[in-house]
Amino acid sequence: MSGAYYEKIARINLTTGEIRVEPLDLEIAHKFIGGRGLGTKILYDEGVATVDPLSPENKLIYITGPMTGSASPSSGRYMVVTKSPLTGMIACANSGGIWGAKLKFAGWDALIVEGQAPDWTYINIEDDKIELLDAREYVGVMSEEIDGMLKAKHGAEASVLNIGPAGENQVLLAAVMNDKDRAAGRSGTGAVMGSKKLKAIVVKASRKQLDNIADLDALKEVNKRCLKMLTENGVTGEGLRTYGTAVLVNIINNIGAFPTKNWQESYYPTADAISGETLADKYLVRPGPCYRCPIACGRVIKHDDKIIGGPEYEPLWAYGGDVGNDDLYTIDECNRLCNEYGLDAISVPCTIAAAMELYQRGYIKEEECDGVPLEWGSKTALIEWTKRMGAPESDLARLMSSGSARLCEAYGHPEYSMSVKKQEIPAYDARAIQGIGITYATANCGAAHVRGYMISPEVLGLPQQLDRTVTDDKAAWAKTFQDLTAVIDSMGNCLFTSFALGAPEYADLLNAATGTNWTVEELLEIGDRIYNIERMFNKAAGMKPEDDRLPKRLMQEPVVNGPSKGMLSKIELTLPQYYEARGWVNAFPTDETLKRLGLDECIGK
Amino acid sequence: MMIEVRLFATLRDARGKVLMLEPDTVSTAGDILSALDIPQEAVAILLINGFHSRVEDSVKNGDIVALFPPVGGG
Repeated sequence: MSGAYYEKIARINLTTGEIRVEPLDLEIAHKFIGGRGLGTKILYDEGVATVDPLSPENKLIYITGPMTGSASPSSGRYMVVTKSPLTGMIACANSGGIWGAKLKFAGWDALIVEGQAPDWTYINIEDDKIELLDAREYVGVMSEEIDGMLKAKHGAEASVLNIGPAGENQVLLAAVMNDKDRAAGRSGTGAVMGSKKLKAIVVKASRKQLDNIADLDALKEVNKRCLKMLTENGVTGEGLRTYGTAVLVNIINNIGAFPTKNWQESYYPTADAISGETLADKYLVRPGPCYRCPIACGRVIKHDDKIIGGPEYEPLWAYGGDVGNDDLYTIDECNRLCNEYGLDAISVPCTIAAAMELYQRGYIKEEECDGVPLEWGSKTALIEWTKRMGAPESDLARLMSSGSARLCEAYGHPEYSMSVKKQEIPAYDARAIQGIGITYATANCGAAHVRGYMISPEVLGLPQQLDRTVTDDKAAWAKTFQDLTAVIDSMGNCLFTSFALGAPEYADLLNAATGTNWTVEELLEIGDRIYNIERMFNKAAGMKPEDDRLPKRLMQEPVVNGPSKGMLSKIELTLPQYYEARGWVNAFPTDETLKRLGLDECIGK
Repeated sequence: MMIEVRLFATLRDARGKVLMLEPDTVSTAGDILSALDIPQEAVAILLINGFHSRVEDSVKNGDIVALFPPVGGG
């Protein structure tokens, strides 16, 4: 067991209770790195693409990367990979904290969970020992409380992953939570966990660090270089620690790309009231870093009498401008509720925003709202409807808890769902920033900003400043960003390290840890391979070319206010360029592309 | 009319959030930095009316200039 993998996967069948230890195929691991790449490869090979996502036939993979838990920077990441019940396509939700590192310390590269437990169960892992225990007493309990209860039972050194009531109820916007306030938030991974009657996974490990690095001296050397780059970079060295991702509120609003009232507007005049600066002034207690993270973007805030995890940029926007609310306390409260119920803090408020537009236009009637009208900026509505979506009872709450695409479709107006592949679009207006629209349209997991973060070059000027208003070269940039992101996600490092580090640093880190000898070009080709196998999973799952489309509003309704007034997305120009850069025809890889990437198993499919 | 200068993040320290400058006292964005005693290297994003600009770009009556130190997120 060398080379940063423990070469061990636990396959846990909840129907039969059987727990099997399987060896990791190192050749395949190197070809897909780990994490997101390897998880998708396993699901593809095991035919999961065609199953019902909420049936016992779906598989739920908790997977680390070779760098997870290592001494490299920001190495606390793991991924939850499964077939999404929200999108019907691949789900690959990334989370931080320390749970992933502890899973690795316990000696496991991944857990593959199959079947469905006869009754509520949790998995307890102590190094080699894995057992299934009765979880019935935790049903209905909020996520943070379960964390405390399981630590009281198994020891404070245990790390806990769980679902809250939303996952139990198979809410399609349910997240997998770990370490209290970290979330593998998107694509409904929590609903899959709930469908299996799996409430939590507790991990304890004797190891306190990895003892299987291929070349420890080389890793120390690269790590030193990376830490220097991270410290000296203004964003990773100071900006994110001081203000968190929340600092984006004012930047994005000031360029007129801050979607407001479900994207009817793109500039929110009172955005400063919900900004990172105001959060720091009013509520911030300290930064809250994940495992081995020098960046420390997480926020720890004072909320009433409690010290809790605070909101990142996305919920500040989605519970803020997108729903016409500039009350920061309400956002903190709604973010807390998302963590407690175990909900995606992007998709839930975005769905409330879509519901508010349906209400504004008279499609949702007041009598359907059970005493809490869906009025723009209503603090009561935001809090109450978040709770209702976490444990839905009424027809409207259940519909809303299934996401904006299903909600708007049910009311006969799918055009008001700001989603791609039924997943809600994050906090950057693609009419005002041309490249991010390519990422939204083509992300295999549905609309996502962290699958090719074009905001970095188009707004933040990293690694260089691109003109956000033009389409030139954006397709090639988006592809490169997507491929590098697939690599970082699969390694187990945090994507935010890429504000300071480039592909050569990731190649050096991976080579030192695993004993490989990848060049930068080869590393990016692995990213390309991962992106393509995800796409082939989606094809097998029934994805159609028209699923790579942005909502009509972004192509047909020009921005009405702010600095980007009059702009529209030019995705119709960039999408063909993107397909050409990928070697795809009509949204899917050609056999020639699959051959070039060594994906022979996908040829002809 | 004036030039509105919006400051963000650490650039607000000891300067405030919004400053109004007489247009006849500054002709470029760089002049604004000098007037506010902000070193050029402290500014990572410089917007004039919402568009990325350079210190040598001219400013005029009614413009909104927004200044950010190196910050980021996701």
